[in-house]
Amino acid sequence: MTELIPVTSRKDWMSDQEVRWCPGCGDYSILAAVQLLMPDLGITREDTVFVSGIGCAARFPYYINTYGLHSIHGRAPAIATGLAMSRPDLHVFVVTGDGDALSIGGNHLIHALRRNINITILMFNNQIYGLTKGQYSPTSELGKVTKSTPFGSLDHPFNPLSLAIGAEASFVARTHDMDRAHMLETFRRAYEHQGASFVEVFQNCNVFNDHAFEGVTAKAVREEMLIPLRHGEPVRFGTDGGKGVVIDAQRGAHIVDVDAVGLDTLLVHDEARTDPSVSFMLSRLARGPYEPTPIGVFRAVDRLEYSAEVSRQIAEAQAPAGPGRLEDLLHSGTTWTVD
Amino acid sequence: MPDIAEHTGPEVATERLDRVVIRFAGDSGDGMQLTGDRFTDASALFGNDLATLPDFPAEIRAPAGTLAGVSAFQVHISDHDITTPGDAPNVLVAMNPAALRNEVSRLEGGGTLIVNEDAFGERNLTKAGYTANPLDDGSLDGYTLYRVPMSSLTLRAVEELGVKPRDAERSKNLFALGLVSWMYTRPVEETLRWIETKFSQKPQVRDANLAAFKAGHAFGETAELFDHPYAVDPAPRRPGTYTNITGNTALTWGLLAASQCSHLPLFLGSYPITPASDILHELSKHKRFGVRTLQAEDEIAGIGAAIGAAYGGSLGVTTTSGPGMALKAEAMGLAVSLELPLLIVDIQRGGPSTGLPTKTEAADLLTAYYGRHGESPLPIVAAYSPSDCFWAALEAARIAIKYRTPVILLSDGYLANGSEPWLLPAVKDLPDLSTTFATSPNHTTESGEEVFWPYLRDPDTLARAWALPGTPGLMHRIGGLEKEDGSGNISYDAENHARMVHLRAAKIAGIAADIPEVMVSGDVEDAEVLIVGWGSTWGAIDGAVNRVRNQGRRVASTHLTHLNPFPRNLGEVLRRYPKVLVPEMNLGQLSRLLRAEFLVDAGSVTNMRGVPFTAGELEEAILDYLSSPRHGNEGIR
Repeated sequence: MTELIPVTSRKDWMSDQEVRWCPGCGDYSILAAVQLLMPDLGITREDTVFVSGIGCAARFPYYINTYGLHSIHGRAPAIATGLAMSRPDLHVFVVTGDGDALSIGGNHLIHALRRNINITILMFNNQIYGLTKGQYSPTSELGKVTKSTPFGSLDHPFNPLSLAIGAEASFVARTHDMDRAHMLETFRRAYEHQGASFVEVFQNCNVFNDHAFEGVTAKAVREEMLIPLRHGEPVRFGTDGGKGVVIDAQRGAHIVDVDAVGLDTLLVHDEARTDPSVSFMLSRLARGPYEPTPIGVFRAVDRLEYSAEVSRQIAEAQAPAGPGRLEDLLHSGTTWTVD
Repeated sequence: MPDIAEHTGPEVATERLDRVVIRFAGDSGDGMQLTGDRFTDASALFGNDLATLPDFPAEIRAPAGTLAGVSAFQVHISDHDITTPGDAPNVLVAMNPAALRNEVSRLEGGGTLIVNEDAFGERNLTKAGYTANPLDDGSLDGYTLYRVPMSSLTLRAVEELGVKPRDAERSKNLFALGLVSWMYTRPVEETLRWIETKFSQKPQVRDANLAAFKAGHAFGETAELFDHPYAVDPAPRRPGTYTNITGNTALTWGLLAASQCSHLPLFLGSYPITPASDILHELSKHKRFGVRTLQAEDEIAGIGAAIGAAYGGSLGVTTTSGPGMALKAEAMGLAVSLELPLLIVDIQRGGPSTGLPTKTEAADLLTAYYGRHGESPLPIVAAYSPSDCFWAALEAARIAIKYRTPVILLSDGYLANGSEPWLLPAVKDLPDLSTTFATSPNHTTESGEEVFWPYLRDPDTLARAWALPGTPGLMHRIGGLEKEDGSGNISYDAENHARMVHLRAAKIAGIAADIPEVMVSGDVEDAEVLIVGWGSTWGAIDGAVNRVRNQGRRVASTHLTHLNPFPRNLGEVLRRYPKVLVPEMNLGQLSRLLRAEFLVDAGSVTNMRGVPFTAGELEEAILDYLSSPRHGNEGIR
């Protein structure tokens, strides 16, 4: 039986709450992309839940007309895990930021990814703490001068995609807030993936870290600075696809002129490759958003989904004789009767 | 070898005892917990009343033969109702010098001491810190000492089975069990059957254990070392079916029962921690009940996942011990703010920090009360005996579901691992905990729109409306930010915050109308002192009060199972008696609360030794308190 899903529009997915991000914040365009996408996913608002932690990004659930839970700093993946495990019928999204997901909540993130619970994690990376007014974040570049690092940050930054791939995530992707079509496609893929999906969204914080990604996402430079990953196609970018990525034993993944090496030597992107080492190399290609940076789906592999497996074990336990009976449980130990 | 199941033997006079306390002690690897468990089960089946106290080290296997590695199991069996595992053991079985050295001071004067003589070689004596063999130097003259070469007799018994000597020696705990089973005329069939089932996959081990058990039994009968066996008759009991149950198992079954009685699926988010892990283990077995258990990446994720599941309509539970309570504190604050049902189970242990992980303590009461940020009151329920853990879990769930609030359920290491016979309840008599979810809008806006407001409250309970994800038309957003009264929208309004803080407090305080009043027992009318207990001190208090009353003093007692809110008549009861004394496994946390709440001069008896109070030490403390002129309510009445 096919369930009839009522037709909805973007407006139906907008809540009645006033959006309170700073004017010009990249979060607005991400919110718009999600609200535009939702009517096309073939799901209902009531079966959808957005869970968040703390931070600017974490206000997201208030603005989307689904069920929503704005929780505590870093814990959204854990809370979403409990929800998705106990309610496999729901579509559970986690919206988080670089501080929330990679600093205070790093542990929950990596375990949600390795466990492969069916949640869609959208991590807005702005390389700064916005809500607490401008401290450096775990993705801020070395030497960054912020309120808490007046002499420059000494912290080596995380590469979010390397971390996710290292945690054995089954779906890893990157997109950015300046390209709605790319966001829509990437978010759709993340939603459709069975298991934990992780999407890093380059997001501009125009108040505390303006222009952080401009070197790669500005319209004028995109062609030369963003490397679109397309499954089954050679990895190439630049004017007329003049540049490409090759992998060799000595230098790993690196950028070449296609004319110099020939099209056949380019890496053909295989997002479904079980072994994560190639996607890991791709995640290391740019040291920061000032070098040519791959975007798109890095990795999308089939792996057992956690909540389905939990349901399977329950079904198998109940198959021989039905659900448990309390009466039997109470008498399951050694018993004796006094008359 | 005689087959004891059929062996009748010469008639030997049997001496009747009304009760006996036996303590088995040996190396961690000697199987003392298993030996004690088997003796307990046989006694339970026989019909004795009983209480147990497993007492083991935190190390899984400390170096063999050392004091650090001593593991003990105390069991008290009787022909009448008892409530404690006993004060001083009447019998101590010591499998090696370290066990003797650690444990012998507990043995009553003139008590029976049975040692594995074979283990008293020089090496073991040195490891235990003996310079001379205590079996020979007269230091044990105050006890009735039986030297039994258990290792060599076990080896001889299993010789013909072709078992390797090292493996054979491992069966010596069953030799000891056989011997003590003979001494106290325990029925043996059940133990033999248990050995056969337990080791059915390892025939050689099975046969060795059977042979060792039978040899121990036969040794008692034939060695003429012991004058005669003893009998402890069954205790009179209410009719019904019984099982012997530990606190952690009872608590687990209580959670399963709460799930069935509320028709909410059970979800446990937990991180392994002693002594709470057994609840995770036991619940994980019961997938037939639709239970979902998550061994989370940490304590915070444990409660986080439980909150997520509660949001989705499960009965969310997280289990832990003291250090985990600290880690979960922030998430508890969120749960207070979300006003969702949630059970937080704290199996208390010696603290602070890692403290004494395998020993008992009840020093998390103030943590349960106050261990969160902001004004975040939570109901607190505490179990008082191993089997009461079942009822405490049901009661905690009842309050959580009815009032849409997290509830802290306190147990401790002693209740968790201790066991007692339990009269099984009839499932049909269990309470109905079913609840209702919102299915339609509950508010009309000024513009006439029908909407769902998640923070509209039931006027009686102040519980908020609970709409589950998946319910059409009731989509709403909630979170840890302060919410507007009613709508649940974010609100930074000062007056609204004050109102919400008071509403949350009033909701919890109002539960007092929905819990039983405290019952006073003993000299209710004219007691000189009221003893107020909570948690696992119940058995020892009961024993001590009886002893003091038998000496002609007038004593009343009451035991709290609800610690927040307190029962509504508690203040009146406390003020009724000239003196109030509170025995606690902490430095006086309840007495401090009673003083603060009721302005009574509640005295305190404390025990921080990692083992439960004995009735004897409480008896002494009550008598001391009665003779002290310093304390009393008179001055403040």
